[in-house]
Amino acid sequence: MTVLESSLVEIRTGEGVTFTLPLAGPASRFLALSVDVGVVTAVILCVQSLIGLIPAVPADVKTAVLVIGWFVLNIGYAIALEWAWGGATIGKKLLGIRVADARGFRLTFSQVLIRNLLRPVDSLPVFYLAGGAVMLCGPRMQRLGDIAADTIVLRNTGEPLAALPGNEGRRINSMASHRALAARLRQKADPVASRVALDALRRRDSMESGARVRLFGELAAGFRSLVEFPEESTLHLTDEQYLWNVVEIIYGNGSPVRQPQLELPVKIA
Amino acid sequence: VILDADRFLANERAAWEELERILVVRENNAPSPLTVAELERLHYLYLRAASGLARLRSNSGDPAAVRHVESLVARAYAEVHQSRAPRARFRPVRLLTQDFPRAFRRHFNAFLLSAGMTLAGAAFGGAALLHLPNSRPALMPMATLLEKPTARVAREESTQAKGDDPLRNQKSAFAAELMTHNIQVAILTLAMGVTWGAGVVVLLFYNGVTLGAVICDYLRDGQAAFVMGWLMPHGVIEIPAILVGGQAGFVLAAALVGWRSRESRRRRMAQARGEIAFLAAGMAAMLVWAGIVEAFVSQYHQPVLPYGFKITLGAVELLALVAWLARGGSAARTSDPEAPNGAAR
Repeated sequence: MTVLESSLVEIRTGEGVTFTLPLAGPASRFLALSVDVGVVTAVILCVQSLIGLIPAVPADVKTAVLVIGWFVLNIGYAIALEWAWGGATIGKKLLGIRVADARGFRLTFSQVLIRNLLRPVDSLPVFYLAGGAVMLCGPRMQRLGDIAADTIVLRNTGEPLAALPGNEGRRINSMASHRALAARLRQKADPVASRVALDALRRRDSMESGARVRLFGELAAGFRSLVEFPEESTLHLTDEQYLWNVVEIIYGNGSPVRQPQLELPVKIA
Repeated sequence: VILDADRFLANERAAWEELERILVVRENNAPSPLTVAELERLHYLYLRAASGLARLRSNSGDPAAVRHVESLVARAYAEVHQSRAPRARFRPVRLLTQDFPRAFRRHFNAFLLSAGMTLAGAAFGGAALLHLPNSRPALMPMATLLEKPTARVAREESTQAKGDDPLRNQKSAFAAELMTHNIQVAILTLAMGVTWGAGVVVLLFYNGVTLGAVICDYLRDGQAAFVMGWLMPHGVIEIPAILVGGQAGFVLAAALVGWRSRESRRRRMAQARGEIAFLAAGMAAMLVWAGIVEAFVSQYHQPVLPYGFKITLGAVELLALVAWLARGGSAARTSDPEAPNGAAR
């Protein structure tokens, strides 16, 4: 395992492939902790209110239940949730972070237990100063509990696979019917420019509208200069629609991209 | 080399989606053992995704796709490469009757060290009290103990003889506070192992100082029966529990330091974690018992509860504790694969 930079840890598999794990920063960890403290406090207040509604329970027993309940929740909350939810608590889920084994394996219960049992030392003298200082000094952002448990805290990155440009919501590709011109476009198109056009279309929603119009205009102008399609096939097409047609011709042969069926031996439900 | 990145993505997408479905099932549910065919399939999909990741990277693939496949490979890597026993059911009775006593015996030297630190502190506390009379206020752990022992004994015995219950309508709350406080102290002692044991030594020594000072104070004042009757019913469990916390702290420290060990720190820590978990579980159970006894028995003195009875009760508890720690789990088979690491508990 290698620490690439302050926010990434690289793990090399036995097959020689490397993958990186993005470390969670101190701010998100502190915010997650704050949320968890809030959740524990809210639960205790609820229990207190509920117990108060039962007149038959002596005050002595109510106090005992609250003292033990607070203690068990305080210690057990993180242990139980991190174990049950693969390293996440409510706060960590909200902040998109989770605890993981430092070697990339799944967490074991003893790891979860030890990292949480060591919180009293990390929280010394106040507000996790000891743990925070150790975390900032170390390369893997580990507090003392993490070092003892061999765990790291990661940002969740499992983003869905971006969809390939499709033709949803658009008319048919009016340019694809000119097969000879489409073939010439595929031949002349610069791979880098084609790639840029594809990425620009994929990320259109993340662009500011003015910049998007300018970018699509420049890209469309570049492709228009390569091959001149008959006017009737490009009439009333916006630059963006023109680019959709171009990308579809270059990458999809003018027809929707088909996902081939894999011929693999076994399916696991 | 990927000649057509999008064709490549389209080709691989089905395999990646299948791998993700398998991983979601295995991550969210208690995974059942896979058949050989399923294992082969998982391994095949993992290798295919890893290969795809390498190809995507070498061809400057779409960053979003790289991140997605990288995440899949990371998750599949954990499934494919981690070798460990399947998750065992949580069995608290077995944990307390077998696993804890065995772990205690395996690390008995750490317990002796823990006891030695406390005894050294007790000797220091007792000697300081006897030879430095002005140190008494600093040595007593609570303000209520600053009262002269003879005066306290006379006051509490006469109050209780009149039928006044010092913990009327407070016993449960008092027991709960004692339990939680003592468990917190024991956990802190354990956790201090991460300071290479220095913090454990300090806490155990300090605990010993206050204990030694209090006992010496009462013995010097001729209150041996009272102090034994007061401390023994809960102390014979509570003090060893704190020592077990120190024992666990020393186990943690030994794994961190690795003196004379040829194993890596990671390996040492992996072995120590299971042992510490067993010791912590036993320690917590002992302190729950001690808290109940302290609230319901220890605070009642003669004539309500004769000192002879309380001392006998303490002696019986001590014998039971010794038998538990010395014999617990020894009848079961010793080659328990979970015992050394306990990782899958």
